[in-house]
Amino acid sequence: MSDTSLIDELPGELLMWVLIISELLVFGAGLIAFMGVRLTDPAGFAEAQSHLYRTGAAFNTAVLVSSGYLAALALYWRQAARRGKARLALVGAALLGCVFLIIKGAEYADKAAQGISFESHPFFMFYYLLTGFHAAHVLAGVVILLFVAWRDDAHNIEAGAQFWHMVDLVWIMLFPVIYLLG
Amino acid sequence: MKYESQKIAYAYFAVAMALFAIQVIGGLLAGFIYVFPNFLSELLPFNIVRMLHTNSLIVWLILGFFGAAYFLIPEEAEREIHSTKLAYLQLIILVVGTLGVVVTYVFNLFEGNWLLGKEGREFLEQPKWVKMGIVVAALIFLYNVSMTVLKGKKTAITNILLLGLWGLALLFLFAFYNPGNLALDKQYWWYVVHLWVEGVWELIMASILAYLMLKLTGVDREVVEKWLYVIVAAALFSGILGTGHHYYWIGTPAYWQWIGSIFSSLEVIPFFAMMAFAFVMVWKGRRDHPNKAALLWSLGCATLAFFGAGVWGFLHTLHGVNYYTHGTQITAAHGHLAFYGAYVCLNLAIFTYAMPILKNRDPYNQVLNMGSFWLMTSGMVFMTFVLTFAGTVQTHMQRVVGDYFMDVQDQVAIFYWMRLGSGVVVVLGALLFIYSIWVPRKEIIEPGAAETPAE
Repeated sequence: MSDTSLIDELPGELLMWVLIISELLVFGAGLIAFMGVRLTDPAGFAEAQSHLYRTGAAFNTAVLVSSGYLAALALYWRQAARRGKARLALVGAALLGCVFLIIKGAEYADKAAQGISFESHPFFMFYYLLTGFHAAHVLAGVVILLFVAWRDDAHNIEAGAQFWHMVDLVWIMLFPVIYLLG
Repeated sequence: MKYESQKIAYAYFAVAMALFAIQVIGGLLAGFIYVFPNFLSELLPFNIVRMLHTNSLIVWLILGFFGAAYFLIPEEAEREIHSTKLAYLQLIILVVGTLGVVVTYVFNLFEGNWLLGKEGREFLEQPKWVKMGIVVAALIFLYNVSMTVLKGKKTAITNILLLGLWGLALLFLFAFYNPGNLALDKQYWWYVVHLWVEGVWELIMASILAYLMLKLTGVDREVVEKWLYVIVAAALFSGILGTGHHYYWIGTPAYWQWIGSIFSSLEVIPFFAMMAFAFVMVWKGRRDHPNKAALLWSLGCATLAFFGAGVWGFLHTLHGVNYYTHGTQITAAHGHLAFYGAYVCLNLAIFTYAMPILKNRDPYNQVLNMGSFWLMTSGMVFMTFVLTFAGTVQTHMQRVVGDYFMDVQDQVAIFYWMRLGSGVVVVLGALLFIYSIWVPRKEIIEPGAAETPAE
C-alpha cells in the first residue's frame, strides 16, 4: 500500500501519536479559550495572575525539561544495549516528575490557604483546569515511566518517552501563557 | 453461512425490524400530534407516544447489535456460538420485557409501584422489573459471546465489539441509581444516555463497520485494524469527558462548560475518521462484492453519522451557543439525523449484508433496497433541515426576543407540517426496506455485473 507508507514511517507507536495530537488539541483549545475570556477582563486577569508563584513554576519548568532529557537519554542508552543505565535514567525522570508534583501540590495548598478556588475568578477556573489536567498527566507519566523501566523493551521506552515529551511540551505552552503573560 | 449458530441473528433481526416498523409509525403519529395537538390526547397522550418512539428505537437498535454480534462473532472467532439455547432465551427475555414496557406505558398500569410502574426518567422509564430483565439478558449475552471469543480466535473486530458491548451492559447499571436530587439524577442519567451513544456504541459501530468493510471491499485485515484502533482511541478520548456538554445547566460547577465544550467538539473527529475509513477502504478495495446495497448502507451510515452526529452535534455543543439553543428543535434535528446516520443505517447495513446469507440466497432485488435507502435518507435529511430552520426561528423568538413558548410554536407550525411530510417519506422508506428484505425472491443481480463503471 503506497499511501500508508507515511504512517508506517512514523517513529514510535501510532496510537501514541493519536493521543499526543488529541492532547495538544485539548490544551491548545483550552489556552485559546483562556486568551479569549482574558480579553473580556484584562485587569481582573492581571490581578488574579499576581497571586501565582512564578519562581516555583519556573523551577518546575527546569525540573520537567531535565526529566525529559533523562527520558530521551534512556532510549538512547537502551538502544545502545545499556539496560542498567537506561533504567536508572527512567527512574530519575520519574523522580523529577514527582518533584514537579510536590512543588505543584505546594502551590495548590498555598492557593487553598489564600481561599482561592475554582469559583474565585475565571482566571483561576482556567488555572486549575489547565494546570490540574496537566498535573494529572504528569502523574500518569510517572507511572508510565516506571512501567517502561520495568518492561524495558526499546519500543516501550520510546512510547513512554513520547508521552513524557508531550507532557513537557504542554507545560512549556502553559507556563508562559498562564504565569508570565503580562 | 459458515457456522450454524449464525442463524441466531435471523431471529434477532426479525424482531428488530418489527420494532423498527413500530418505531417509525410511532414517530409519524407524534409528528401528526405536533400539527393536530388534540389527536388521541385522551387515549394515547403525546408523552406516551414519544416514549414509545424513543424506547422502541433503543431496543431495536440494541437487538440489531446483539444480532450482529451473533452473526459476525462465529466468523471472526472461527467457532460456533457457545450456547444457542441461551441466545434464544436472551431474546425471549428481551421480547417479554419490551411487551411489558409497551403495555405498562400505554395503559399506565401500576402507577407508582416501585417494581411494576414506569419510572418517569426520560429514556429510562422502564419499570424496574424490565430493567432487571435487561440486565439478566445482557449477562446471558455477555457470557455467551465472551465464552465464544475466549475459546476461539481473537481479532481486533471482536475485541472492540466486546469492549463496546460490555460497556453497554455495565453502564446500564446506572439506570438503577435514582437519586432524589434532580441535579445528581441528571448527572448519573447521562452516564447511561451519553456514554452509550457517544461512547461505547461508537465502539460497536466502528467494529461492525470494520467487519462490513472487510467483507465488502476485501481490504487487508491489517489495514482495517489500524483504522479501527485509531477511531476507537479518538472516540473514547473525546466522548468520555464530552459528557460535560450535558452538564452546562444542571447545577454542576461552571468548569464543566469548558470541559464539555472542548472535549465534545473533538467528538467530530472519530465520526470524520469513520467516514474517511469507509471511503478509503472502498477506493482501495479490489473485491467487487455482489451486495451493492449493503455497501450503499455502509457508506451512507458513515457519511450521515458524520453530518448528523458530528456536524449537527457541533452546531450546538459549545456552551455559548447551547445557552440559547438548549432544548429547542435544534436538538430534535440533531437527534434525528445522528441516530439515523450512526445507528439506524448501521443496523440496516448489517441486515442488508447478513439477511441474504442467513436465508441462504443471493442478494435479491437490491434496487428496492437501494430505493429504500434514498427514500429514507432524503426524508430524514429533509426533516433535519426543516427542524433546524424551526429551531433557529424558535431560538431567536423564544430565547433572544423572549416571546412565549406557545406563541413561538404557532409561528413555526409550517415547519411541523413539512416535518410530517418528510416523516411519511421515512415511513414509506422503512416499510419498503422491510419488504425488500423479506419478500422478493426473483431478480438476481449478477455478481460482478459485466458493465464496467465509466472512469
